[in-house]
Amino acid sequence: MTGYSHSFGGETYRFASLAALMACATPARSGDALAGIAAADDEERVAAQMALADLPLSTFLVDHVVPYETDEVTRLIQDSHDARAFAPIAALTVGGFRDWLLSDRADAASLAALAPGLTPEMVAAVSKICRNQDLILIASKVRVTTAFRNTIGLKGRMSTRLQPNHPTDDPAGIAASILDGLMFGNGDAVIGINPASDSLPAVEKLLRMLDEVIRRYDIPTQSCVLTHVTNSIELVSRGVPVDLVFQSIAGTEAANRSFGIDLALLREGREAALSLGRGTVGENVMYLETGQGSALSANAHHGVDQQTLEARAYAVARMCKPLLVNTVVGFIGPEYLYDGRQIARAALEDHFCGKLLGLPMGCDICYTNHAEADQNDMDTILTLLGVAGITFIMGIPGSDDVMLNYQTTSFHDALYLRKVLGLRPAPEFEAWLGETGIFRDGGLSGEIPAPFRRAIGGEAA
Amino acid sequence: MSDNDPIVFPSGWTRLRALTPARIALGRAGTSLPTAPHLEFQFAHARARKAVHLSLDREALAAELAAAGLGTLLLDSAAESRAVYLQRPDLGRQLSAASRERLHDAATGPVDLALVVGDGLSATAIAANAVPFLRVLMPSVVARGLTMAPVAIVSQARVAVGDEIGAGFGARMVVVLIGERPGLSSPDSMGIYLTYAPRPGLTDEARNCISNVRAAGLSYPEAAHKLMFLMDESFRRGLSGVQLKDEADTLALDGAGPGRNFLLPEA
Repeated sequence: MTGYSHSFGGETYRFASLAALMACATPARSGDALAGIAAADDEERVAAQMALADLPLSTFLVDHVVPYETDEVTRLIQDSHDARAFAPIAALTVGGFRDWLLSDRADAASLAALAPGLTPEMVAAVSKICRNQDLILIASKVRVTTAFRNTIGLKGRMSTRLQPNHPTDDPAGIAASILDGLMFGNGDAVIGINPASDSLPAVEKLLRMLDEVIRRYDIPTQSCVLTHVTNSIELVSRGVPVDLVFQSIAGTEAANRSFGIDLALLREGREAALSLGRGTVGENVMYLETGQGSALSANAHHGVDQQTLEARAYAVARMCKPLLVNTVVGFIGPEYLYDGRQIARAALEDHFCGKLLGLPMGCDICYTNHAEADQNDMDTILTLLGVAGITFIMGIPGSDDVMLNYQTTSFHDALYLRKVLGLRPAPEFEAWLGETGIFRDGGLSGEIPAPFRRAIGGEAA
Repeated sequence: MSDNDPIVFPSGWTRLRALTPARIALGRAGTSLPTAPHLEFQFAHARARKAVHLSLDREALAAELAAAGLGTLLLDSAAESRAVYLQRPDLGRQLSAASRERLHDAATGPVDLALVVGDGLSATAIAANAVPFLRVLMPSVVARGLTMAPVAIVSQARVAVGDEIGAGFGARMVVVLIGERPGLSSPDSMGIYLTYAPRPGLTDEARNCISNVRAAGLSYPEAAHKLMFLMDESFRRGLSGVQLKDEADTLALDGAGPGRNFLLPEA
């Protein structure tokens, strides 16, 4: 395809390709600078945004930022595009699409119907010409509901992944964090462990433990051990109780290869989980994680900006019909998102793009100790995403992940967001919190239910 | 809510704190973090930020390794400062031009194993763990009769710099010890990465990783046990990475039961 150009303010700005145009139109971030594809300055950036705004959406169906012939993610995007769903906006430009999304024509029903007609590149493009408040307003109109042992994503609800990581996968240490989270009303999205060891016996031990905790205390939630999809497939074949199959995914075939996966393997993982039939109220059996910068990190970015590639990862996610998709926004480090401001922008973009594409988007609102960010930045992002209608966030004791060595949102943070925005947990889980007495009148009762009191007492003996 | 209720609710499970370094049972003011744990967190963050910027004392490390009977080669990545290192991971994955020459001069022919020690994001982790770990590991390496290159000590290093070093030494395998990003409660965590047939341009799927090696994390004997299992399998099968599963029975494991604990007492 030929290049793109835009004249404004007495100057003509030229962009060699659609990928170059998209990269230059992207709000500034360190990862695109690292890749050498960012706009030279703010004038060029806004000129690129103007050029992008004039681009017909249909361009993205014929001009591909990553070649169709050599990339299976591009083929997935193009081959699964639903022209009928696309029809209502087929004649619009990117700028016109922004206006449409802001208008009252875009509501929960029309956006749900539109999702299969959108490609990742279309939503990435429109996100680049949106201000933060646009990303929040538009995303807040979208409703995506998924289910396994409870129902995630209903209006007025906000769920949490209870993340009870322990540096050596010690079962008692993990159990202590699980109890802490449950007593703070967390854990309805999933109880999900990042294992310190990827060894099959160690992962099996954790899966059996989570399964038994969930059954013994009759908790309407699901478990996950975040191990490679090939491990989960192997464990399913060995009869181990796997609720959700996990995998990190990215937006190009080469980046996925660096994760040791391809689309066929993801399909196989989903089939393996479905074969166990462990969901009680739904069949969304996968938990997927993404994050801007992963393709560049794997040297597999094809000159495409990291936000567009992140949106392409959502096409991979969409294929998997996941229960949960988590953009781990600040984990990758300052070379991709330099500071709190860039992390906040990326969090809003990812949530927006994922939701428009029909995904149950959560966010690991986080930072590492080598990034220019702190707790105040996390509070800001948490509040913005809460207003935008985030599906779930992480919950960890005191914001400190003692295994992965980064800071994410705490059990307390989830309660803060629920309190200021009037949000509630998933209905099945909320009912359990009420029945056990952890909640009274929709808030913490301060009581420890008898079975847990006995368990804690037993620990003293 | 009555005036008799406490302002700060303590958590009724503080005794569980003995089971985990995680910040559990912090209590609550309303539903928020009470003042004391809030400020303790802020202090830990300030300390971790400081650790990121400490530099590795390579000479001291070389002396310790010499005392353990290991020769060394001091190298630099292409990132000339901490500031550059933090923003340019690509430079941290390559050697500087001068180090490339030094490596070339030091390489004497094919070896089985190249060991690389890099500061990564925590020189504190390397200073604390690299030598004690290698003292536990080396008898197993020697027992297998593996030939070795001098231990490369690299500053401003990312994991993948090991690929260039391993290739430069003509090594069949490279093992990289590196400081992991410092956590609030663990500024001293070391990671170990193994790559078979190292060469520049490999990505993460070609590596196996053992993380969180430190006094309060994965012990040296456990880490060495896992690493030797992976090395033996890697040499035997001629590969590393996702196709090489870590099936080592960890010393702490007691079968594939659900992991008994206080939430799951024997029925």
